[in-house]
Amino acid sequence: MSDAFYMRWREMNRTEIVRVENLKKYFPVEKSFLEKLLTRTRGFIRAVDDITFSVLRGEVFTLAGESGCGKTTTGKIILGLVPPTSGRVFFRDREITNLKPEELRLLRRRMQIIFQDPYASFNPRMKIGDAIGHPLEIHGLASGLEKRKKVLSMLERVGLTPPEQFIELYPHQLSGGQRQRAAIARSLILNPEFIVADEPVSMIDVSLRTTIIDLMLDLKRELQLTYLFITHDLAVAKYISDRVAIMYLGKIVEMGEKEEIFSNPLHPYTQALLSAIPVPNPDRKRRIIELKGEVPSAIRIPMGCRFHPRCPFAEEACQKEEPELTVVSASHLVACHLAKGSEHA
Amino acid sequence: MEKQLLAVEGLTVEYWARRGRVRAVDSVSFTLDRAETLGVVGESGSGKSTLGLSLIRLIPPPGRIIGGHLWLEGTDLLKLREEEMRNVRGRKIAFVFQDPMTSLNPVKKIGEHFVELIRTHEPKTGREEALRRAEKLLNDVGIQSERINDYPHQLSGGMRQRVMIALSIALNPSIVIADEPTTALDVIVQAKILDLLKNVQNVYAMALILITHDLSIALERCNKILVMYAGQMVEYASVENIYNKPQHPYTRGLLKSIPNIELAEQKLEAIPGSPPDLLNPPRGCRFWPRCPSSIGKCREREPQPVETEPGHFVRCFLHEVAGNESN
Repeated sequence: MSDAFYMRWREMNRTEIVRVENLKKYFPVEKSFLEKLLTRTRGFIRAVDDITFSVLRGEVFTLAGESGCGKTTTGKIILGLVPPTSGRVFFRDREITNLKPEELRLLRRRMQIIFQDPYASFNPRMKIGDAIGHPLEIHGLASGLEKRKKVLSMLERVGLTPPEQFIELYPHQLSGGQRQRAAIARSLILNPEFIVADEPVSMIDVSLRTTIIDLMLDLKRELQLTYLFITHDLAVAKYISDRVAIMYLGKIVEMGEKEEIFSNPLHPYTQALLSAIPVPNPDRKRRIIELKGEVPSAIRIPMGCRFHPRCPFAEEACQKEEPELTVVSASHLVACHLAKGSEHA
Repeated sequence: MEKQLLAVEGLTVEYWARRGRVRAVDSVSFTLDRAETLGVVGESGSGKSTLGLSLIRLIPPPGRIIGGHLWLEGTDLLKLREEEMRNVRGRKIAFVFQDPMTSLNPVKKIGEHFVELIRTHEPKTGREEALRRAEKLLNDVGIQSERINDYPHQLSGGMRQRVMIALSIALNPSIVIADEPTTALDVIVQAKILDLLKNVQNVYAMALILITHDLSIALERCNKILVMYAGQMVEYASVENIYNKPQHPYTRGLLKSIPNIELAEQKLEAIPGSPPDLLNPPRGCRFWPRCPSSIGKCREREPQPVETEPGHFVRCFLHEVAGNESN
């Protein structure tokens, strides 16, 4: 596809592919015998705490945040791998929150996942070719020679050449980068439209990272894919995304077009996060925005704005009332009492 | 001699694996001055961690240091007996490991770690005094002194790494080696820990060797950088030179492949291929199969490090003409 054609195709298709509404996931906390006797309230880890967003067709939408912010759980709920506590997920305007197993299986042809750890996501006793072809068999789409043909062409497509050789190898015979290519091939073999990529490059060496990201972007254009990209690495997020949502303790605190988030971050948490990223330039002496303390436990989320105990600008209102994610400009939303008032330039 | 603290000459480490010998560190040389920060940068398998461990002679078997010299203030550490070496570890050279959870003893209170360390090296120090010192050290790294009664699992990852740093400075060493001290941590905590290391380094006037896979961190935090590739030092220079005039094609490739959050538009370039299997390294230069500017002799002979300008070493034939052919 040519660039111009691709841009037009993207413009024409600015429709939602996935929509998430008021999604919550609370995991119950296991209590000890004594605690059960002494306390009546049940504790919950509020991993995902009421988030709403849409992913547009053809874009890379990134969920970014520190460990424990709920980004991976969100991805898993969308794919039906984890049931939500409440809230709804739509795929192409159809609700997919509580599907029957058979319906879910059919849906999986259209939504797939790439996991973080290419060492753990392959069966060590299964040849790469079999692992990649396995989804075709499960879904009864191809077998025998036809399956082999599809696997070979997919291997070639992700750059594992010569494919005839790779099809016979076991996972341990591949390098980390090659394994992640194979994982991409496996996720694409059913010809899906929507891919959740959960930290796909964080375990890959720096010199190979770019090749994997570029491969993902090429495949997106050629196969007209949409990505939900999950990462803790904002530098990678900046490189790959169209839109970004920053999560903190189970909530989206800021969301918008990439340029907006990176050049005009409004939430104090986003600002601190961006300031902490190392910059590969010895002449540049950056100023790190200091945050007090550490991320609190998701069992005891602070009252009011959940970021207020650490926020350098917190005011009284922040302790009482939880800010809603509100629109500050056409392509920029932020959940902060202070950013709302100040940003009307 | 006054200024130079550590001089490493031709350090070579091999692992004797079943399938053959792996030269994990191949003739690495560098110097470290007092209060200086050296960044050792490389990908997984480049030998950077082995290099770090070999500086305190803690290479796990089947690894062995098979050659070179480690001059610490004029003494060759490789010539010391094991008992003498024990006095060097912790006291002269301390180590901060990547994963603070596996380096702290889970059934021992934080304070006991300090008591054990201090009393092993200074048997005359009493328990109470050691605990008082622990409280002061914890305060120095930003942890409340009451925490000496906590167990490691009661602390967060960032706090555990602070404890590790406090332990490393307990005996006032002149060098601290930190091996990926922030890899397991989130960016905000990472920035705090790196600031803390810098701070502690200034207060205690120590030299720091920061081993990392993240070139951004090294560029931001170090005075000098040593780039490792497949067990060899491919480039070694001041941070300014590494950034402004990198000479080895691998260093150049790395610089082009790291995203910079401050640039509006950035085209990242990848280094093609992947690092070699050290059991079977390529003939000639170890980087040539991935090198965009390799020439005929790169496949035939192995280049030796040359000094292209004072203090800037590079292991590449392309720069042999510019500098003097080294011995």
